[in-house]
Amino acid sequence: MIERRPIADAVGHLIMLAAIFIVAFPIYLAVIAASHTIQDVSQTPMPLLPGAELLTNTARALFDGPQLVGVSGATPAIVLLMNSFIMAISIAVGKIIISLLSAFAIVYFRFPLRNIFFWMIFITLMLPVEVRIIPTYKIVADLGLLDTYTGLILPLIASATATFLFRQFFMTVPDELLEAARIDGAGPMRFFWDVLVPLSRTSIAAMFVIQFIYGWNQYLWPLLIASDYKYQTIVLAIGRLIRAPDAFYEWPVIMGMAVLALLPPVAVVVLMQRWFVKGLVETEK
Amino acid sequence: MEKRVVFHNRFLPYLLVAPQIAITVIFFFWPASQAVVQSVLREDAFGTSSYFVGMENFAALFEDDYYLNSFKITALFSTLVTTLGLGISLVLAVTADRLIRGATIYKTLLIWPYAVAPAVAGALWGFVFLPGPGVFAWLLAQMGVDWNFHLNGGQAMFVVVVAATWKQISYNFLFFLAGLQAIPKSLIEAAAIDGAKPFRRFWTIILPMLSPTLFFLIVVNVVYAFFETFGVIHSLTRGGPAKSTEILVYKVWYDGFEAQDLGGSAAQSVILMAIVIGLTVIQFRYIERKVHY
Repeated sequence: MIERRPIADAVGHLIMLAAIFIVAFPIYLAVIAASHTIQDVSQTPMPLLPGAELLTNTARALFDGPQLVGVSGATPAIVLLMNSFIMAISIAVGKIIISLLSAFAIVYFRFPLRNIFFWMIFITLMLPVEVRIIPTYKIVADLGLLDTYTGLILPLIASATATFLFRQFFMTVPDELLEAARIDGAGPMRFFWDVLVPLSRTSIAAMFVIQFIYGWNQYLWPLLIASDYKYQTIVLAIGRLIRAPDAFYEWPVIMGMAVLALLPPVAVVVLMQRWFVKGLVETEK
Repeated sequence: MEKRVVFHNRFLPYLLVAPQIAITVIFFFWPASQAVVQSVLREDAFGTSSYFVGMENFAALFEDDYYLNSFKITALFSTLVTTLGLGISLVLAVTADRLIRGATIYKTLLIWPYAVAPAVAGALWGFVFLPGPGVFAWLLAQMGVDWNFHLNGGQAMFVVVVAATWKQISYNFLFFLAGLQAIPKSLIEAAAIDGAKPFRRFWTIILPMLSPTLFFLIVVNVVYAFFETFGVIHSLTRGGPAKSTEILVYKVWYDGFEAQDLGGSAAQSVILMAIVIGLTVIQFRYIERKVHY
């Protein structure tokens, strides 16, 4: 910096530490709640230091699910986590595959409807699920896809953002590569698999992080499609549990489940931070 | 920009775009057009047939106090989430940017809430503010506040704003920090040599240079508050108490699914669609300008 201002620096570090503390506080409390018995958590206020029940409560969340009075059929978190993984990974991979293909077509071919297709993909940005809830639900119902993985996944794998990102990247690939490939006798698909896809590795990784989080955190869509608990995701289960009418709340187990629900996407962001930042910044170009 | 060299094939490109276009048509365009059609129809009492009613569904909406109220609630909610989220993260980004040591670690420790689902963010903050065991609820009660966000509309709004803002701070912080780091240091140094103090430099150099980022983030945050906070509302308050946190997206879902008012819900969908289109156009016009910038 320009001036040496040790006091201002110290204040700056204090502000950052305070911010980090406040941002992390609700999760700290959730972990603490998950480490106590239900009697301890029901005190006013609940204890602020960890107890000894973390493993017991996590195991209960994973294999039994929280018990609610007046609500039957607790779902073990392990089933919910599995569904979330299936949904998040399929959505991320699906979006990447169909977007790579359509970006390839739009950049590397000239065909009459090219611009129309490009605009059709673009317009989907303006039609989030929230603005077409009932008719989309009806179509999925008519196709017999309610309470199926296909119904949860397929309607969400169209992606304007991923198509734009890959299009943007393909534009920067030197034309010489294509010419060289052609001289070597490679057809379009060979060029796609052996040249373009390997070159796009970083963009694919960045897209995977963003779309995995997108898929994992879906809420409204599974709420519409998955009425059978066998297909519910962990995020949906949390949202439903927390306001179950007149229920007796087994807070330690519910908070343990909330921590399980946020751990995988947070781990992806922290471990793949470089690609995450790249993905965020590049999709907004 | 166009490629100079391309492949020539009559059918392959259609095959390549087919999956994307098929999903787009079946799950985006068809339902969106159905929403438009539904919005001018009304079903009879038995749900067996429907008839054309023109603009009646829209007229009914704008005479419905609950709908107008939902508009006001959404305006309040998105203004609060946007200004608080941007204000807090701007302060944090400016602070982190001027610290030489630790900026990267601070970044890592601040960006992860982005990955937390809105519904889970709602659950976490709902627990912190839960009357009884909740720690903040207890603190507020100690300060003499009659705290119960399940019963008090203003308090419910406060909690959903906190949860929604908390989740968005990391995103804003990341973009502000990138924007700040892109400002040439020489400009700031030149101003310092001319005798401009830090505050002066912030107002006359840093903030104007940051304005494209700021404008972009305003649009993104408004879109977020309008459309991506359904999970926060659904998990925390279910739009209540007494509809005091019923934002437009929650109401369109509630009227369509719980109240089964298809025409009314479709008309609301059409209005929301107009709002998204407006916001997207603003966003892209700005991006075009940024290219020339």
